[in-house]
Amino acid sequence: MTILAFILAGTLAAATPMLLAALGELIVERSGVLNLGIEGMMALGAAIGFVVTYHTHNPYLGFAAAALGGIILSLVFAILALALTANQVAAGLAIGVLGQGVSSLLGKPLESQTLNAPDKLPIPGLADLPLIGPVFDQDVVVYLTLILAVVLWAVLNHSKLGLIIRAVGESPGAARAIGFPVVRIRLGAIAFGGALAGMAGAYASTIYTPLWADGMIAGRGWIAVALVVFGTWQAGRIVFGALLFGALSLGGLIGQAAGVALPSQVLASVPYVVTIFMLAVISSNRRRMRLNTVASLGQSFSG
Amino acid sequence: MRLKLERRDAASRWATVAAPLIALGLAILTSLILFAALGKPAGQALYSLLLEPFDGWYNISELLLKMGPLMLIAQGLAIGFRTNVFNIGAEGQLIIGAICASALPIYFPTATSVWMLPAMIGLGAAGGAVWAGLAAGLRTRFNANEILVTLMLTLIATQVLNYLLLGPWKDPHGFNFPQSVMFPDVALLPILLPGTRVNISLLAALIASGLAYVIMRHRFSGYQLLVGGLAPRAARYAGFSESRAVWMSLILGGLAAGFAGACEVAGPLGQLQRSVSTGYGYSAIIVAYLGGLNPLGIMVSAFLMAALFIGGDNAMVSADLPVAAVFVFQGLLLVYYLGSLTFIRHRITFNGMGRA
Repeated sequence: MTILAFILAGTLAAATPMLLAALGELIVERSGVLNLGIEGMMALGAAIGFVVTYHTHNPYLGFAAAALGGIILSLVFAILALALTANQVAAGLAIGVLGQGVSSLLGKPLESQTLNAPDKLPIPGLADLPLIGPVFDQDVVVYLTLILAVVLWAVLNHSKLGLIIRAVGESPGAARAIGFPVVRIRLGAIAFGGALAGMAGAYASTIYTPLWADGMIAGRGWIAVALVVFGTWQAGRIVFGALLFGALSLGGLIGQAAGVALPSQVLASVPYVVTIFMLAVISSNRRRMRLNTVASLGQSFSG
Repeated sequence: MRLKLERRDAASRWATVAAPLIALGLAILTSLILFAALGKPAGQALYSLLLEPFDGWYNISELLLKMGPLMLIAQGLAIGFRTNVFNIGAEGQLIIGAICASALPIYFPTATSVWMLPAMIGLGAAGGAVWAGLAAGLRTRFNANEILVTLMLTLIATQVLNYLLLGPWKDPHGFNFPQSVMFPDVALLPILLPGTRVNISLLAALIASGLAYVIMRHRFSGYQLLVGGLAPRAARYAGFSESRAVWMSLILGGLAAGFAGACEVAGPLGQLQRSVSTGYGYSAIIVAYLGGLNPLGIMVSAFLMAALFIGGDNAMVSADLPVAAVFVFQGLLLVYYLGSLTFIRHRITFNGMGRA
């Protein structure tokens, strides 16, 4: 495999956990809710996915359990943020801490254990192409995540459900007045976001790096939150952002391949530095931010 | 018939105290169940977590040692939280503070000047303030969300610490451990309580708490910060500026965290180690909330959280609980606290039945 093909193929896989979580958060934020607990939900999903797959040897079961774990934790958030109208920032931080704690607790007995990564699924024809063939030789989750991005784009922009979600996010008062169940729609969005974050964690721990290490999510949940801002709440732009960060997180490997003599800590910091840089660049266009941002984001609604 | 939350005009005073107590009770109950489900001795775990920290002078002194940085950082963070400026990167500001303070004794290991310690503390506090100031500048100049920026800066700070301890600052005679040389005596904080590790930085935390109380209670700037967060438009009409609130919140928060970081390396550690970052910065967020973002409440909640840290160390030995149990407990505390807060600020009514 050439270095180029390696980088292209690796970028997709590295982008997948961040993309999956960011797509979930996109739906949550479009409904007007800010859930900052992604890092914790991913950590929880990673631990549950790893433990279940380790004991059952069934990766599908691991993913399902991780999704369930993400949903349960996101429902704790929903109770605080929706039913009890708590401060959404604080509620998100609370379930984030809780999720990371439970994740360490669950994973502890399996520290440094490994799993067999599932087989890849080459796309017939395309995977045999010269040079870029490996890009089409990925695990099934990578394909499904990209398909999901397209589906969510279509749902948000071209379906009645998407219209309702956007209406609830833009103006919950008006949406309620014309008869949409605002709280129930937000509840559904939060649970959906929880499921995707849980599966994103499971992908990270059981497929991308099938080895349990405490704290393995390492900020990827926060990058997912940032990706939604970079993508100015548009699914397509979030995909591009995720690919960029996928490539950046390969920085260490690429750097080694290119013979760059930088300390590993510098390379590990690159995605974080770029996150800050991108946030500043994209947020500084205040007009565009106002145009795209969700009007009721983060505000409590009681009705 | 529908349940409905109705805002109370004024929360009664006892209820403000009740919320953290209810949260504590529920968190204890939940973790009891959780530990039992994990097959750990739940009773022993809870005894270690909650009662053992108060058992004997040694435990209490260690509790006071941990209370200082938690209290100091939480006081700094609460200033921002009261105005909706969310600095969640105190951990990174603490690390940078510790690094800046350590630079002096690492480059001048044979120094004997009495100015060493004040210079270290000053450098540490300044380093923390600069690290937080980056977020303030990015927020006010580029509109970048300070929650994400402070968090990312923390991840970067951790990498800087790792780089220094594995590379240029590693003690050449340290058996390859990732830690710096031991600091000279002039770089160490004087002990406050003889026979313990409690140093004079505890006094600094108490003084800072007093100052925070006075500022919030009597000074105009406290009011100004409050208005800036709660009603930005009203605040603008009254001539207050949002960017000043952002700068003030982040700089004060960074100063406090950097100061605390300097006191860790100049205090109980006596050198720069990875363990300078044990989560004080994150825990202080919970301390600030549990204390109701009130300087006096924070003094109480810092005491409680310090006990939890000591208890966690004990439970690791006596009940075979991983250190993560402490973070689970902290998360539960905050979840329950935020939940019970609603019942204090609102009354529950049934739709169509009018005010109770």
